[in-house]
Amino acid sequence: MAMAADQIEALIREAIPDAVVEITDLAGDGDHYAARVTSEGFRGLSRLQQQRAVYAALGDRMGGVLHALQLTTAVPAAEMPVQE
Amino acid sequence: MTDDTQHRLQQLVDSNDVLLFMKGSPLFPQCGFSSRAIAILNHLGVAFESVDVLQDQEVRQGIKAFSDWPTIPQLYVKGEFVGGSDIMMEMYESGELGTLMSEKGVAAA
Repeated sequence: MAMAADQIEALIREAIPDAVVEITDLAGDGDHYAARVTSEGFRGLSRLQQQRAVYAALGDRMGGVLHALQLTTAVPAAEMPVQE
Repeated sequence: MTDDTQHRLQQLVDSNDVLLFMKGSPLFPQCGFSSRAIAILNHLGVAFESVDVLQDQEVRQGIKAFSDWPTIPQLYVKGEFVGGSDIMMEMYESGELGTLMSEKGVAAA
């Protein structure tokens, strides 16, 4: 069983509409992915809460049809402070 | 998950300062994520116990509900769920995991 990268991205973006999702197929087998998810909505959340949000978006596929997902979450980089 | 499994998991988590639920054993991890988690704990040099979820289907399924976390490995420190291997790696690289271990007074291996 495997899952397509754009399917994973669609599920995440459905739950977290502003998310920037970058997916890498690690083994080229449609079974081992790395995903980097960036969202303003993650601001103020712990890493644990950020990853829980992504897992919630994927539902019970995680650990099922989606075998292995290396997950990184981030908030968008703050704008550079203007120097006085 | 049965009450019995819930009770067993709680007891495991409570009675081990650093506990890793993993696939395989520290010497023979059975998946890349578990292998990475072990490498991190070894680098930190902390004493830890591990539970091989592949040996027990009740534990394998139960721990997911217990932690509300869908994947394995899972790290507990002093009864608190820390996260999976990706969180461990990020916290290790930023130095936070080492800080957490010393703040919690976890013994060196």
